[in-house]
Amino acid sequence: MEAIGTVLLAMLAGSLRVSTPFLFVSLGECLTEKSGRINLGNEGVLVLGAMVAYATSYETGSPWAGVAAAAVAGLLLGGLHGAICSLARVNDVAMGIAIMLAGTGIAFFLGKPYVQPSATLLTGIPFGFWSDNAQVRNALSVCPLFLLGIAAAIALHWCFNATRVGLRVRIVGDSQDAALALGLPIDRTRFLATACGSALAGIGGAFLSLYYPGSWNEGLSSGQGLMAVALVVFSRWNPINCIYASLLFGAAGALGPSLQTVGITWGYYLFYAAPYIFTLVVLIITARGGRSLRGMPGQLSIGR
Amino acid sequence: MTHAISVEAVGIGKHFGTFHALSDVSLKVTPGTVHGLLGENGAGKSTLVKCLLGYYKADDGGFIVDGREASIERPADADALGLGMVYQHFTLVPSMTVAENLVMSRQNVPSVINWRSEIAGLKQFMERMPFKVPLEVEVGSLAAGERQKTEIIKQLYLERKFLVLDEPTSVLTPQEATEMLGLVRGLAHSGTLTIVIITHKLKEVAAFVDEVTVLRRGRMAGSGLVKNLGPSDLTAMMIGEPHAPKNPERKGAPSGEARLAVSGLRTAEDSGRKGLSIDSLIVHANEIVGIAGVSGNGQKDLVEVLGGQRPIASGSMQVDGAPYDASREQSQAHDVRVLPEEPLRNGCVPPMTVVDNLNLRSFDLGSGKSRRSWLDRTGMATRARDMIAAYGIRTPSPQAPIGVLSGGNVQRCVLARELDGDVRLLIVANPCFGLDVKAVAETRARIMAARNGGTAVLLISEDLDEILELADRVAVMHEGEIVHEMPAEGADPQEIGRHMLGHHG
Repeated sequence: MEAIGTVLLAMLAGSLRVSTPFLFVSLGECLTEKSGRINLGNEGVLVLGAMVAYATSYETGSPWAGVAAAAVAGLLLGGLHGAICSLARVNDVAMGIAIMLAGTGIAFFLGKPYVQPSATLLTGIPFGFWSDNAQVRNALSVCPLFLLGIAAAIALHWCFNATRVGLRVRIVGDSQDAALALGLPIDRTRFLATACGSALAGIGGAFLSLYYPGSWNEGLSSGQGLMAVALVVFSRWNPINCIYASLLFGAAGALGPSLQTVGITWGYYLFYAAPYIFTLVVLIITARGGRSLRGMPGQLSIGR
Repeated sequence: MTHAISVEAVGIGKHFGTFHALSDVSLKVTPGTVHGLLGENGAGKSTLVKCLLGYYKADDGGFIVDGREASIERPADADALGLGMVYQHFTLVPSMTVAENLVMSRQNVPSVINWRSEIAGLKQFMERMPFKVPLEVEVGSLAAGERQKTEIIKQLYLERKFLVLDEPTSVLTPQEATEMLGLVRGLAHSGTLTIVIITHKLKEVAAFVDEVTVLRRGRMAGSGLVKNLGPSDLTAMMIGEPHAPKNPERKGAPSGEARLAVSGLRTAEDSGRKGLSIDSLIVHANEIVGIAGVSGNGQKDLVEVLGGQRPIASGSMQVDGAPYDASREQSQAHDVRVLPEEPLRNGCVPPMTVVDNLNLRSFDLGSGKSRRSWLDRTGMATRARDMIAAYGIRTPSPQAPIGVLSGGNVQRCVLARELDGDVRLLIVANPCFGLDVKAVAETRARIMAARNGGTAVLLISEDLDEILELADRVAVMHEGEIVHEMPAEGADPQEIGRHMLGHHG
C-alpha cells in the first residue's frame, strides 16, 4: 500500500518536473497549427534552445538570460521555417524535418565546448516547505518555468478568444477564403505565428538544460519536440488542454523511474518507453476511421 | 439605417492576355431595386462585379457610385464606398460563432475584444434586422440557408448600401430560396440597399427582379425592365437563340427488373457528420431515380460507396441480383459506370493523355471481357477517336493531357467513357454543374437516351429542376437517410423541399 503511495507521489513529482518541455513545445506548436501550418522543426528548436540557454547561462552567470536567449534562438529558427514555408509550393512537413535536423546539427556543432563546464541552473520554488517529509518537499519543488508555462497557456487561450490578433490567427488557420475576403495578410500571420511558436519551444529547451536534467549533452532531448505534435492533436488545439496533456505525458514519462524507487526493476526499458507507447495509442485512437478531427484548423496541410 | 445608392458601370473592358473577358459593358443599377445580372457560365458576369468591387482593375471604362465618379482600385476602395458582395462559396469562418464572424469583419476591431459589450451591441443591432440569426452558434453548424442569411446580415452590419449576391440560391432548398429572395427584395424596396443578383434561373428573375442586364461572351446582350420582358426574350439574350433546347423525350416505362438494390447500408460517421443509413434503395432497368437533397446530406458518400471510394460498415449492395462490392472486376463484369462530380478530380488522371483517360474503363480488357496485360495502343486510339468525334470533345490533340481541357470538355470525355458500350447501371452526380445551356441539354439528352435504351440510372443532383426533368422517381436524402420517395410525375417542389430540410408530414 505504501509502495503504491510512493509510486503515485513519485509520478506526481515526475509529472510536475518533466511536463514543462512538453507544455512549452505543445503551446508553441498549438499557436503555429492554429495559423494553419505545421512545424515539425520544434524538436530541433528544443535542442538548440537547450544548448543556447546553457551556454548563455555559463557565459553570463544568469540562467534567466539563458532562458531569454533560448527564446530568441527559437524565434530565429522558427522564423526561418516560417519564411521558407511562405514561398510557393514549399511543403511545411518536409521543411519542418529539415529544420529539425538543422537545429540539432547547429546545437551539436556550437555546443561541443559546453558539454563539460557547469552553468548556473534555475532553482525551484519550494512549495513543499510545510512538510517535513523530504520526498514531499522534493516533489513539490517546482520550476518557475512550469508556472510561466501555465501562465502562457492561459494567456494563449485568452488571446485566441478575446483579442484581435488571436481571432485573426484563427481565421487564417481555418479558412483561407475568409482571410482573403477580409484582406488579412495570410503569409505574414503564419510567419509570425511560426516564429513565436518556436520561441516558446526554445524556452522548453532552456528547461531541459537549466533545470531538469540540468546539463547540456547531445542526448538531452528524447523526442519531446516531436511528441508535442501528437500532444496538440490530443488537446484538440486548445491551449488549456495542453496543460493537462503535458502533465499526463509527464506522468507517463515518470512511470519507469517511479517504479524503480520502490524496487520494481523488471521491464525497465519497457516502462521508460511508456510516453512513446502512450503517443502511439493517442494517435491511433484519435485518427481511427480516416475521419478528420473536431477542432482541427481547416487549412492544416495534413487535413486538406 | 443606411440608404440605397445607385451604381453605374460605363464602357467597362477587361482582358486577360489576349482573351477579352469584357468589352464595352455598361450596367446601370437604380437605387432601391433588385437588378439581375444574367448570362451563361463564362459570359463575364463575375469579371464585371470583381472589377466593381476592386478585385480586378478594369482596363477601360469607369464607375459612377451615388452620382459621383468613383475610382475603385482595391477592395478597400469598394468597402469605403459601401459596396459589398456575398460569394457563392461563403466566406464565413466555420469554426467561429456568428458573433465572432461579425465582429471580425469590421474594419476597426479593438485589439482586446470586450465580448459582453459586443454581444449586447449585436443584440441591439439584430433587433432592427428584418430577419434573425443566432449569435452564439458556430457558423459551421448552421444550415446553408441560415449561413446565407448570416452573410447578408454581415453586409448590413458593415452598413453596405449596395450588395452583389452571386448565385445566392444555388445551395438553398426551394423554400429557403423563396424566403431569402423575398427578404432581399423587401430590403431593396424599403430603400435600405441596392441589390444585384447574379443568376441564370429565369423563374427567380421573373418573380423577384426589377431590372436585368444580360451578358453574352463578354459583351452586352441587352437590358430592360423585367415586366417588359418575357422568358423567351431573356433566353434569346442569354444564348442567342429564342428557345431553350427542348427537354429530352422519355420513352417506355421502367421495367420491373431491379438492377440496383441497396439494403441496410451503413457507413461510419465522418468529420462529425452522420454516415449513410439507407434502408432500401432500388433502381429498375429503364428508370432514372433522382436523389434530391441539400448539399452535404450524404449524397457524396453514396456516390463514393457505389463507386468503390468509400468502405461500408454494414448492409448489402446487389447488382442484377448478385452481391456487388464496387471493385473494378465487378464493375466491369456488371457494366456499372459512374460519372462522379468534379470529374477531373474523381474520374480522371489529369497528367495522362485524353486517349488514356478515355480508355481507363477498358484498357485492361481484351475481346469478350478477357484480361489483357499488353495494351492495345491502336485499339485505344481508335476508340478514343470515335468518342472524341461522337461527343464533340474539343482538345488540342488526342495526346494532350486531359488536365488542360476546359471543364465542359472534361465532362464530355468522362460522359463518353462512362456511356461507352453496354451500360447496365449508371450513377451520375451533378452532371451539369458548370456547363452552359447547350452542353447541359446535350448531357441530359444523353442520360435520357441511356435510360430509354434500358440502362438503370441513379441521378444524384443538387439541382431540383434537373431531377424533376429527368427522373421517373424521386428519393429525398436528409442526414444520410432516404426520408421520402415519390413518383417524379406531378411531384410538388415545395413538398420535396420540406423533406430536404427533414420536416416530414
